[in-house]
Amino acid sequence: MDAILQAMDLKKRFKLSAKQQKLENSRRKFVDAVGGLSFSVNRGEIYGLLGPNGAGKTTTLRMLATLIRPDAGDALLEGKSIVKEPEAVRRRIGFLTSELKLEDYFSPSYLFDFFAQLHGLSPQARAARKAELFDTFGIGEFAGVKVANLSTGMKQKAALAISLAHDPDIVIFDEPTNGLDVLTAKVVTDYLLALRRQGKTLIVSTHIFSLIEKICDRVGVIIGGKMAADGTLQEVCAGQSLEDRFFAIYAQTVGEEA
Amino acid sequence: MKKSNIGAIIRKEFNRFFTDRRLVMTAIILPGLMIYLLYSFMGSAMSNMYSVEDDFAPTVYAVNAPDSIAALAQEAGMTLTDVSPQEAEGVRAQIVDKQAELLAVFPADFDAQVAAYAPGAGEAPNIELYYNSTDADSAEAYAMFTAMLDGYESSLVNKFDVNRGVSADLASERDTAGQIFSSMLPLLMMVFLFSGCMAIAPESIAGEKERGSIATLLVTPLGRGELAMGKVISLGCISLLSGASSFLGTMLSLPKLMGAGDVALEAAAYGAGDYAALFAVIASTVLLLTGMIAVLSAFAKTVKEASMLVMPLMIVSMLVGVTSMFGDVHAQLGWYCIPLYNSVQCMSGVLAFSASAAAVGVTVAVNLALAACMTLILRRLFNSESVMFSR
Repeated sequence: MDAILQAMDLKKRFKLSAKQQKLENSRRKFVDAVGGLSFSVNRGEIYGLLGPNGAGKTTTLRMLATLIRPDAGDALLEGKSIVKEPEAVRRRIGFLTSELKLEDYFSPSYLFDFFAQLHGLSPQARAARKAELFDTFGIGEFAGVKVANLSTGMKQKAALAISLAHDPDIVIFDEPTNGLDVLTAKVVTDYLLALRRQGKTLIVSTHIFSLIEKICDRVGVIIGGKMAADGTLQEVCAGQSLEDRFFAIYAQTVGEEA
Repeated sequence: MKKSNIGAIIRKEFNRFFTDRRLVMTAIILPGLMIYLLYSFMGSAMSNMYSVEDDFAPTVYAVNAPDSIAALAQEAGMTLTDVSPQEAEGVRAQIVDKQAELLAVFPADFDAQVAAYAPGAGEAPNIELYYNSTDADSAEAYAMFTAMLDGYESSLVNKFDVNRGVSADLASERDTAGQIFSSMLPLLMMVFLFSGCMAIAPESIAGEKERGSIATLLVTPLGRGELAMGKVISLGCISLLSGASSFLGTMLSLPKLMGAGDVALEAAAYGAGDYAALFAVIASTVLLLTGMIAVLSAFAKTVKEASMLVMPLMIVSMLVGVTSMFGDVHAQLGWYCIPLYNSVQCMSGVLAFSASAAAVGVTVAVNLALAACMTLILRRLFNSESVMFSR
C-alpha cells in the first residue's frame, strides 16, 4: 500500500503548571502526552484514532497539523516533514478540531473567502469551491449571517467547509461529530465517506466506537500516549466487537503499566 | 513573505474594525469629539468664571477716602463712593452677596500719615480692602484697585522706571503659541496614541487567542511573519486614526481651553513641513507602540490579562510624556535613540519650531527599526506553542 502519512516515534511532553499539579494532586512537573507513537496511513483510507480522554489523540493530531512541534520523532505527510517543512504540510492538509474557532464577527461566506485566499485559491476557484461546499453542507441559507449568531451545528458545518476550502488530499478531523445533533452528524459522516470515495485520506480521532466501525478502514488504539493496537478493523477486533476489544486492550495496557 | 497574505490580514482587520459602528465610534469618533467638547467647555467655563467686560468700571466704596486716591481712582476708570464707617458693614454684606464689588477702609488722616511715615520707623499706614474672590467683578475690582495703590506707593519713592511704555517681551506670538503647544501636546499625544493602541491591539491579539480563532489562522499556510506584519500594520493604521482624531480635537479646542486672549494660539501657526514632521513622528510612534502592545498581548491568555500586562508600559509612556513640560528640547542626536522619549522630544521640538530634520529622521528611523524588531518578536511568538497555546 501507498503510505501517505508516516508517523515515526512521535513524542510530546507538556509541563504541568502549579495549578494543574494541584488539580491532579500530583508533584510531577511533566506529563508525557504522547510517548513514542508510530503509525502509518495509506492513501485513500480513513484511519481512526481511538482512545479515552487524555490518551494523546488530540496532541497527536495537533502535531500532524503542525500546530505544535514534537519533542522527538517526526512525521512525513506526502514526504513533507512536519518538523522541517511545516508550511508545506499545512498546504496539503485540512484540519478541523473543536479547538479551532471561527471569528464571531464575520460570516461563513467572508471567512471562507479569507481562508481560501490564504490557501492561494483564485477568486474564480474560490467562488466555485464555496458554491460546492456550501451546497453540500446546506450553508447557503446562513452564509451571510455572523458566526456569533449561528447555532453550534451551523458553526461546525461552516468550520468544516472552511477547513476543506483548498480541497486538501489529507483531512485531519478531531472529534468531527462532537456536539452535533444527529442530523448534522449524519451530514458530516456521509461527507467523510464521500471524501474517501474521492480518493482523499482521512485521519479521524474519536471515542465513538460506532463512528469508527462505520467509516474507518483502519484503526489505532491509543492509551496513555502509546499505540496499544494498530491495524484494520478486523485485525484489531479479532472477532469481537470494537467496544469489547477496546476495553480488553485498555485493561491489558493499564494493567501492564500498573 | 507573500504580500497578498499580508494584504489579506490587513483587509480582514480593517473589515473587522470599520464595519463595526460601535468600534469606529468609540475608537475614532468619540475620542476627538469628546476632547473637543470637554476642552471647549472647560475653556468656556473658566473664561466665564474669570472674565469681565472690557469697559468694566467698578464702584469702590471707601471709608475716609483721601483726595489723592479719589483722583487716581477716577483716572483708572473707577468710581469712588464715600461711605461712613457705620455703612461699611452693610457694604461688606453686599460684597458677600455679590451685590457690591469692593470696600476700601482708609485711616482717617491717610494722606498725613503717609507723608509723615519714614520706612523702618514703626508701622506703615494700613488700608483694608474687602472683596469676594468668587465674584469675577469683585476680583477684578480688587486687582485694579491694588494695582492703582501699588502704582501710587511706587510714585511716592520713585527713583527710576523699568520698561516705561515699552513692550519688553520680544517673543513673537508664534513662538509663544509654540511654547504652549510644545509643553502640553506631547504628553496629551502620548496619552491619546497609547489609548488608541490599547483599544485595538489587545483585542486583536489576545482576543483572538482567547476566542480560539488564532489557531485557525495558524493551521493555514500563512507565514507567521506575514501574520505578524499584517497585524502590526493594520492595527497601527487604526490606532493612528484614533490618535489623529484626538490630535485634531486637541488642536481645535486648545485655543479655547487656553483662553486665546493675548496669544494667537492657533493650529495655523504651523506650516506643512511642521505637520509632515509631526505626522512622521506620530505614525512611527504608533507603529512602535502597536508592536510593543501586540507583543505583550501575545503573552496574555485573555484581553483582560493583556490590559494588565500593558499597564506598566502605559505608565512609562505617561511619565516620558510629562518630560515635555520640563526643560528645553535636546540638541544632541543621541537622545533621539531612546524609544518613546525621542518621540516626546521630537513632538515638543516640532511644536516649538526648534526640531532639526536630523532629530526627526533619527526618531523615525529608531521607531521604525524597533517596530520591525517587535514584528519579528511577534512572529516568533506566533511560532511558539507555549505562548500561543498556553492554558
